[in-house]
Amino acid sequence: MVFTLIPVVLSLYYSVCDYSLLQPPAYIGGANYHELLDDPIFRKSLTNTLLYAIIALPAGLMVSLGLALLLNVKVAGQTFYRTVIFLPSLVPTVASAMLWMWLFNAKLGLINTVLDWLPFRLLIAGINAILGLVHLPQIETPIGWLTNPAWALPALAFMSFWGVGHTVVIYLAGLQDVPSELLESAEIDGAGMTRRLWHVTLPMLSPVIFFNLIMAIIGTLQVFAIPYIMTGGGPARATYFFTMYLYDNAFRYLKMGYASAMAWIQLLIILALTAIAFWSSRKWVYYQGK
Amino acid sequence: MSTLETEIQNRVSNSPTISATARPVAKRKHLERWVATIALLLICIGFALPFVWMLSTSLKTLDKTMEVPPHFWPSPMVPGNYWKVINHPKLDFPLLARNTLIIAVLSVLGTVISSSLVAYGFAKVRFKGSGVLFVMMLATMMIPFPVMMVSLFSIFRWLGDHTPVQFLGTLRPLWLPTWFGSAFNIFLLRQFFMTIPDELSEAALMDGCSEWGIFQRIILPLSKPALSVVALFTFMGAWNDFLGPLVYIQHPQQYTLALGLQTFQSQHGGTEWNLLMAASVLVILPVIILFFLAQKTFIQGIATTGLKG
Repeated sequence: MVFTLIPVVLSLYYSVCDYSLLQPPAYIGGANYHELLDDPIFRKSLTNTLLYAIIALPAGLMVSLGLALLLNVKVAGQTFYRTVIFLPSLVPTVASAMLWMWLFNAKLGLINTVLDWLPFRLLIAGINAILGLVHLPQIETPIGWLTNPAWALPALAFMSFWGVGHTVVIYLAGLQDVPSELLESAEIDGAGMTRRLWHVTLPMLSPVIFFNLIMAIIGTLQVFAIPYIMTGGGPARATYFFTMYLYDNAFRYLKMGYASAMAWIQLLIILALTAIAFWSSRKWVYYQGK
Repeated sequence: MSTLETEIQNRVSNSPTISATARPVAKRKHLERWVATIALLLICIGFALPFVWMLSTSLKTLDKTMEVPPHFWPSPMVPGNYWKVINHPKLDFPLLARNTLIIAVLSVLGTVISSSLVAYGFAKVRFKGSGVLFVMMLATMMIPFPVMMVSLFSIFRWLGDHTPVQFLGTLRPLWLPTWFGSAFNIFLLRQFFMTIPDELSEAALMDGCSEWGIFQRIILPLSKPALSVVALFTFMGAWNDFLGPLVYIQHPQQYTLALGLQTFQSQHGGTEWNLLMAASVLVILPVIILFFLAQKTFIQGIATTGLKG
């Protein structure tokens, strides 16, 4: 508690100071916040983070929900499948960064090797033909996943799906609480799979979806270690995220006050998005027994 | 069987509508199962492939990692890569492992002790303002580490300047905060303690047991499953942490595995992929082993507690 509340209050104070670590903080009012508004790198890091969140967050929630639904179907070897999908989420960040740098390697990586197989080559050729029709840039192979500014962000988002195991487990736990009588009676009434999912399972699961959404908002907006290790924010700042700029300001440029102002903006963004999620939850989250 | 039940059974089994739908339902169930199995098999191959590829690369010679297209099976197989990593002069694996282990163990101790004490306070002791305090504590759960790292850094600097104990440049900033409780774990333990019936502690109180005695002799032994969950999460968090060590640690002698591995990679470029993969396997291994060991303890723990049932 002491190590949370004091730092938060302290950082609010620093955020209105010029503080370089070498000298004691000096009050400068809202100057840091003003400077941030005109800082193109700040804006770039913010848009990158939001873009990443827009790509990775809803897709991640849907992928993990889909996996949980599949893992909930009673099939032989269920425990085995559950373990395989959960294990990657245990892998330490640094190790998974190393692993995916290797997998994404343009020349030697497994992903481009697989994409070089005939069916995938045909698929890419097909996509290129469509892209050509609407005058969009073609996909060039081999794809420089981490070296091409257009691919780096989607590559990181794709990689994040590998670690959705935690979210899947939370969904699975939620699925156990969906009353089977409801599903059975819906089935007897002739509701098909999609209608049962849409009208029974999802509403019953909505509190869990809501919980995962909040957790994902908090987690995604502070993404740091993976891009820091894998791309260093590059290429051409395509994966330079909010927390990375915050870290650089604080510990590379020693602009502690400036970094604290960023920290407060980050906190406010997270709080605002969480508040929106809470407000919207009244419309779509269904609590049993209320 | 009463006549009414027989009557209903007869009607159900003779009813043309139900028997007509029952068979397609069973068939659909069957189909559903097959589709799910095939989908799961494909997805699991996708999820497991990175692991397999990591193992395969870690056992290859350097030349073989440069092959285009790469071969799946490493030949020749060189398990010596692992030995090379452990004895690598630029990596000092044993030292990194020791540092990481120190932080992880002290964090686990700190979290378990402090969080269980606070959680006991919230769960069983009635005091004024406990509701407000609890909500405040939950709110701190939402605050991400990046928001606090600048001020935490300067706090530890200040403490180092004004007390005889040094913080920056040591491992202390990485485990000391855990001794002050962590909101998530307090919440988790409090929820668990609430399920332990008050009658137990009341009986102990009548027998002359002190509040501390109740905590130590009744609550803690009954909460082993929850405590192991907290310990496991904390251990993994400490083992995986990257940003914390990056901020606080200054000398290579104090590097953790995460930091050491990243520095090794960034200084040597992406060249020795076989060694990097071997090192990654070594970093992952303890976590995976711990998971499989703990999985059993959890199930046993839940089975033996049996208080709720």
